[in-house]
Amino acid sequence: MGITTGLTPVLSAHWDEPDSYTLAGYRRHGGYSAVAKAFAAGPDAVISTVKDSGLRGRGGAGFPTGLKWSFVPQNDGKPHYLVINADESEPGACKDIPLMMANPHSLVEGVIITAFAIRAKHAFIYIRGEVPHVVRRVNAAVREAYAAGLLGKDVSGSGFDLDLVVHAGAGAYICGEETALLDSLEGRRGQPRLKPPFPAVAGLYASPTVVNNVETIANIPAIVNGGADWFRQFGTEKSPGFKLFAVSGHVNRPGIYEAPLGITMRELLEHAGGVRDGHRVKFWLPGGSSVPMLIEEHLDLPLTYEDIAGAGSMLGTGTPMVFDETTSVVRAVTGWLRFYKHESCGKCTPCREGTYWMTHMLGKFEAGRGTASDLETIGSVCSQIAGRSFCALGDAAATPFPAAVKYFREEFEQGMTTPANVAFAPAAATMLPVVTR
Amino acid sequence: MIEATTRAELEQIAGRYPVARSGLLPMLHLLQSVQGHVSTEGIEACADILGLSTAEVTAVATFYTMYHDEPQGEHHIGVCINPGCAILGGDDVYAAVCSRLGIGHDQVTADGKFSLERIECQAACTHAPVMTVNWEFMDRVSPEAAVEVIDRLAAGEQVESTRGPKIGTWRDAERVLAGFDDGKSGDGPAADELMLAGLKRAKELGMKAPAVGTQKAGE
Ligand SMILES: Cc1cc2nc3c(=O)[nH]c(=O)nc-3n(C[C@H](O)[C@H](O)[C@H](O)COP(=O)(O)O)c2cc1C
Ligand code: SF4
Ligand code: FES
Repeated sequence: MGITTGLTPVLSAHWDEPDSYTLAGYRRHGGYSAVAKAFAAGPDAVISTVKDSGLRGRGGAGFPTGLKWSFVPQNDGKPHYLVINADESEPGACKDIPLMMANPHSLVEGVIITAFAIRAKHAFIYIRGEVPHVVRRVNAAVREAYAAGLLGKDVSGSGFDLDLVVHAGAGAYICGEETALLDSLEGRRGQPRLKPPFPAVAGLYASPTVVNNVETIANIPAIVNGGADWFRQFGTEKSPGFKLFAVSGHVNRPGIYEAPLGITMRELLEHAGGVRDGHRVKFWLPGGSSVPMLIEEHLDLPLTYEDIAGAGSMLGTGTPMVFDETTSVVRAVTGWLRFYKHESCGKCTPCREGTYWMTHMLGKFEAGRGTASDLETIGSVCSQIAGRSFCALGDAAATPFPAAVKYFREEFEQGMTTPANVAFAPAAATMLPVVTR
Repeated sequence: MIEATTRAELEQIAGRYPVARSGLLPMLHLLQSVQGHVSTEGIEACADILGLSTAEVTAVATFYTMYHDEPQGEHHIGVCINPGCAILGGDDVYAAVCSRLGIGHDQVTADGKFSLERIECQAACTHAPVMTVNWEFMDRVSPEAAVEVIDRLAAGEQVESTRGPKIGTWRDAERVLAGFDDGKSGDGPAADELMLAGLKRAKELGMKAPAVGTQKAGE
């Protein structure tokens, strides 16, 4: 079958230039021209354009970005804050870290425009701690922007002041959850807050705060430059725009593929060289371990928020992981549950205890010692966590198992007698690397 | 003992923020870069600067996995064991590294040269299996390549990250996380082959995004 949906590099269009991460490299292709346009148009016009563009948050939930900005109260006399969520730690998600490595200025330009639109004089980029090289690149971009008068007092002679601080976290997936992130940025343990109030009303230092994902904000310069109609030629009515799809797993050419939303997984897979030769897709996750797995019959689904939801999963971070038939579903799900158990912040009982028990019981299946009653218990633990946890991490932890047992029940039954590493020889699933660069 | 220069840098970090307490995480990173761990005196210094109790600072330091109350190795090795890497070979890499170093998760070699950690997804699944040295990427690493990297570090040779700088020490990296420049932001590629896979393919097929100024037909 031929490919009908092409690739459309916008955010990644110049990543192949050796200085793509520098101010000079960014300016060579019109970088920072959107700032001047935004200043000329005014904050409300920028918010309208982003609303009209239909841009949806790329952090996982797909919330409309312009709408979120419009929740920030105006003339309330309080300082406003913009916080960029660069915590990228969702298993399978690997698009924000590359973006900040290759073109941090697209993020910085987006920050300037967004802060101007929501009337924030202070912005923060919260980067997960485990990526010092990305911290270097973003810090260097921020320094260059200050030196060029794009940050600081009176940005580009506009009268608008903006300070931008790059902040490194310290290893905690939960700090990607926006309210936990805010607590962490306040110098506390990263534990989620009760919502409402939402951050737009009471966020950082109890002031109105917009929290957006890196990729979301990197879209803003392109939207301001191109306009809402230009942006809407990509994607669908409900899922407009382009997306950095990071394709990983058992594919021949894993990597970043920027394409319009609405490209099908089959097309994307074809761009990525297909699954390993002689193998076939067993299951795939559209965007992170927190979304239900899908199988081969779903490959023709367009990668949009609405189509993936229609099939019972979620687009999530839009970073598909593909596994072929050599993979043990039991092993994969157990591994993800271990992750959620490790990352549960411990604040609420369903998640703290539930992730513990699920991991324990799944481990029995992985070892070939599961029982029929364990299988039932895991299912019931999932339903007790989902919707009853304090934050979405609990829901995420309850996600991998139900889909896995729906499509691959026989493998869990096999896990009552046969260890996963006997049923599926791990060596068959490895993709040992060709060379390291 | 917290030296005056360190104390001044801790204060400088706190001064970056509208509310000083926001500096606590980078301040703890700075302590690790200076002392090799988060010490009692370090906690006291942070508490003093921020007007917090030592219990409040300790509560934060113990929440995050990157902070250690015991001295870490000169080189901190991480191997991703999240399924995206584990299944593609990460479990084998981890086993090989454990046996090469003779230690397990969260342990330090007797000579203080290496510490080891099983790490979760490193936002590099496209580059699986992933190892890190002092948090710099060692992408698409085989068990043999992982052991070779460790052998070379043990021999004092210069090793280069696949997407990052020449490897320094774990303490050097902690200083970067505290927000201090080490002049290495330009090291390593802008983007590697895998980050460019889609762009390369688009160019091969002559595919491009519609230029700015073009509109949907009829508009
Ligand atoms: C456990 C958990 C982890 C999350 N991690 C991230 C993350 O690393 N990056 C991110 O942008 N959003 C993450 N989110 C979603 C954020 O809470 C929030 O929805 C997002 O940052 C909003 O930005 P957006 O509207 O631009 O997508 C996470 C959510 C949860 C529940
Ligand atoms: S659901 Fe889990 S991560 Fe979220 S607040 Fe409860 S214990 Fe913490
Ligand atoms: S699973 Fe190892 S980097 Fe994502």
